[in-house]
Amino acid sequence: MAMDVEILEDPKHHRYVLNMGPQHPSTHGVLRVLLELEGEYAMELLPVLGYGHRCHEKIAEHKPVKSFMPNTARMDYLGALIYNHGYAQLLERAAGIEVPERVEYIRVITSELNRIQSHLLWYGAYLLDLGAFTPIMYAFDDREHILDILEDVTGSRLTYCYFRVGGVSKDIDDKFVTSTRAFVKRLRSRFPMYEDLVNGNVILQNRLNDVGELTPHTCARYGITGPLLRGTGVAYDMRRAEPYSIYSQFDFEIPTGTKGDCMASFMVRFHELEQSLRIIEQALDGLPEGPIMTPKVPKKLKIPAGDYNSSVEAPRGELSYYLVSDGSDVPYRLKVRTPSYSNLSVVPEMCQGMLLSDVVSAMGALDLVIPEIDR
Amino acid sequence: MEIFYSLLPELIRIVIAAICGAVIVFGNALVMGYAERKLAGHIMFRPGPMEVGPHGIYQLVIDGLKLMGKQLVIPKNADTPLFMLAPLIAFAPVFVPLLVIPFSDKIQGFDLDVGLLLILAFASINVLAILIGGWSSNNKYSLFGAIRSVAQNVAYEIPMLISLLAIIFMTNTFSLKEIAAAQSPVWFVVIQPLAFLIYIVAMVAETNRAPFDLPEAESELTAGFHTEYSGMSFSLFVLGEYANMFIVCSVATVFFLGGDSGIPLPYFEYTGIIWFLLKVYLLMFFLIWIRWTYPRTRFDQLMNFCWKYLIPFSLVNLLITVVMVKLL
Repeated sequence: MAMDVEILEDPKHHRYVLNMGPQHPSTHGVLRVLLELEGEYAMELLPVLGYGHRCHEKIAEHKPVKSFMPNTARMDYLGALIYNHGYAQLLERAAGIEVPERVEYIRVITSELNRIQSHLLWYGAYLLDLGAFTPIMYAFDDREHILDILEDVTGSRLTYCYFRVGGVSKDIDDKFVTSTRAFVKRLRSRFPMYEDLVNGNVILQNRLNDVGELTPHTCARYGITGPLLRGTGVAYDMRRAEPYSIYSQFDFEIPTGTKGDCMASFMVRFHELEQSLRIIEQALDGLPEGPIMTPKVPKKLKIPAGDYNSSVEAPRGELSYYLVSDGSDVPYRLKVRTPSYSNLSVVPEMCQGMLLSDVVSAMGALDLVIPEIDR
Repeated sequence: MEIFYSLLPELIRIVIAAICGAVIVFGNALVMGYAERKLAGHIMFRPGPMEVGPHGIYQLVIDGLKLMGKQLVIPKNADTPLFMLAPLIAFAPVFVPLLVIPFSDKIQGFDLDVGLLLILAFASINVLAILIGGWSSNNKYSLFGAIRSVAQNVAYEIPMLISLLAIIFMTNTFSLKEIAAAQSPVWFVVIQPLAFLIYIVAMVAETNRAPFDLPEAESELTAGFHTEYSGMSFSLFVLGEYANMFIVCSVATVFFLGGDSGIPLPYFEYTGIIWFLLKVYLLMFFLIWIRWTYPRTRFDQLMNFCWKYLIPFSLVNLLITVVMVKLL
């Protein structure tokens, strides 16, 4: 690691290297960024990864496909159910398993709750990065309700392993439905407060407007997806672009921005909360009765030889699983395309020439979850 | 012996003043530390400290004891003498301004003719302490905090002084007691609202409080200039910060809020201090309130705000005041 510093340190330019992380308060995990500074302007940035690498993809090559489900939740601990969803869907596609309708509804409701939970945490943590201490407590207050609801039905609060191949592990009950409806109502009533306290604040506007501007072209070059891409005006959301599960049945909008700066992605994420609430409401209204598990899923699930892909919209962008099978019950190769990894790769270009404070706001806008980068 | 007897009253005065100063500084830190944590808690919908004593009122005492008992960690490559000196420089000068603040008609250390100058001179020593602390820590984050602090405090001293100068022109004196007394019918906040606003903004920036807490912006600079400080040397910085808040709020009270004027109480020459402290702590409450509400500004925006808005406006305000004083 000392070598990176030597490469960057250049006495001719009167620049010096600031080591940000792996224990810096605003990298939100064990991410390390080397900043080559001139005054307070960051001229070069170098993200250093690998502090939390756990070989998830390699682990997948060594055990039966069904038993990899808990690992998916450990990649993105904030979007665990969505990661479950992608993986369950991958195996169902590969093995040709039909999923009961009620299961699809349960998956959509819980996934959207998970997405709201992730966005709320980002909302609080991002504002904490910008120096506002209070909103994180309000956001956590709301988020706590989701964790309670999901704990009741899944048994865990963060790293869920709720979805199974062909179904879900436990049925939802009336209590879940009533508390989810109550939560939808509650969060709606809190939006004006957030707007009032945070979104319209002139200091926040000055901090975020015109900072970290991205163009659709840049996003395409780096493979950036999710709210950052939608902030540039491209309405690309896997739930619409390649409708999976039963998302095509629901009426919801894809919020987009125009400028592609931090403020645009901030507002996109904020409006996505409302859209997720709409999906949850519609799904609760149309929730059918029925089984929660396909009866004929073999214990030892053999995947026919071939390549399989499954993409879902994670809170931070497009998540893809790519499975290569040789016909056995252990994958030959499982490749996971996680959104934060691609989103992080734009940092050196996006943050070039920025003030140190802007680097913090720009990196916060990426909503990085480090275990998803180092997986 | 004779000289001793003639000096004795002076010595007693000095001892009493020192004791009162210490009581104010430490008492204020206790009250403010508790109030800050409790108010921050309630602003965030949580109760704040609750464990030690009823509603956690002994929390700050326990914290103080803990900080005294902690090891003083000096970084390996730090400039040790300067590193140890910086907290003392931050803390020691805060006693002097307290001497000239007129808490009430009779409660005042010295009524100096240059009271305001004394306060401003000693309050700005704090910048030196931050610079030394940040430099001697031998940490890039600390250095950043120190550099920001110097630029910020030097810039914001100008509008602060100019806004106070408008009052000086109206009252023709630097003596704080006479300035407070000059507001008997109307407080200067009514006559000089712009100067008051400018002073409040500059006051927040001078004390390095959010939203202008850039020298210690923890999400960017971990803890800014006091990243490497621990235990008592850290708490001296905190004590100094709270004492500085008390001083700038006292100045605001004297200059704009009529000092100790209020509804007359018995023995008003002494009991005026109640009104004085009430006004000071209301201002402090305001400082805490905005700290826990707003995000932090960016450094260039902060400096632009000072040079492009505060200084021109305070100069205009001064000009208008001078013309009005001349005319009336």
